[in-house]
Amino acid sequence: MAIRVQTEDFDVAAETKALVTGNTNIGAVVTFTGLVRDLAGGKTISAMTLEHYPDMTETMLAKIETQANERWTLDASLIIHRYGRLKPGEQIVLVITASPHRQAAFEAAEFLMDWLKTKAPFWKQEATNEGEKWVAAKVSDDDAIQRWRETSPTKITNAEG
Amino acid sequence: MELLYFAWLREKVGIASETVPLPDGVKNVHGLLAWMADRGPGYAEAMKDLSVVRVAVNQEFSQPTDAVKDGDEIAFFPPVTGG
Repeated sequence: MAIRVQTEDFDVAAETKALVTGNTNIGAVVTFTGLVRDLAGGKTISAMTLEHYPDMTETMLAKIETQANERWTLDASLIIHRYGRLKPGEQIVLVITASPHRQAAFEAAEFLMDWLKTKAPFWKQEATNEGEKWVAAKVSDDDAIQRWRETSPTKITNAEG
Repeated sequence: MELLYFAWLREKVGIASETVPLPDGVKNVHGLLAWMADRGPGYAEAMKDLSVVRVAVNQEFSQPTDAVKDGDEIAFFPPVTGG
């Protein structure tokens, strides 16, 4: 697993191709791309600025990689998270997971996104015509990560697809 | 120890990082938070509502009873909002 934290944009097709090329064990690739929206809480957003804590992101990645590999057979995975100032419509986050079959790839991609939302040290500040405001964390994101604790960590290896 | 501040905690405290000796009598995260709140108006404002303050010790999320010692990297920040 790799994580890249960067200001630059990314090319989903190029990243996907680079990740899976040469590994013909892979039968399923799931990509998730998050975009900056122009609306939050009824207010129009002109830009979003992301701050992060790079050393902690790297420390935590080692743990999440272990957890993901205990649950799913993944041949490859990649996370790209941007920081700095982004405009509505811009790409902000990319998760790619690759596995022999689709169920593991789908589930692992969702797990990694839930982890990014609740554990990865990033903070968003939204700019509206009323000024700049730090975004508050959502309870629904905490609920989303909880479900991975409730299900048993039986490794999915043989679901056809 | 090195103290780091992020997002609105950084803005309220007024700096991104500082190096301080381990305060007398502080043994854990709970004690450190209490000490922080007494350091001045910016710190008091930042630590006013601890339900929205997270603390990482050496880059891992901590509990109030987790030990702190000289040389630790301790970060204070709001609940994360990435993704």
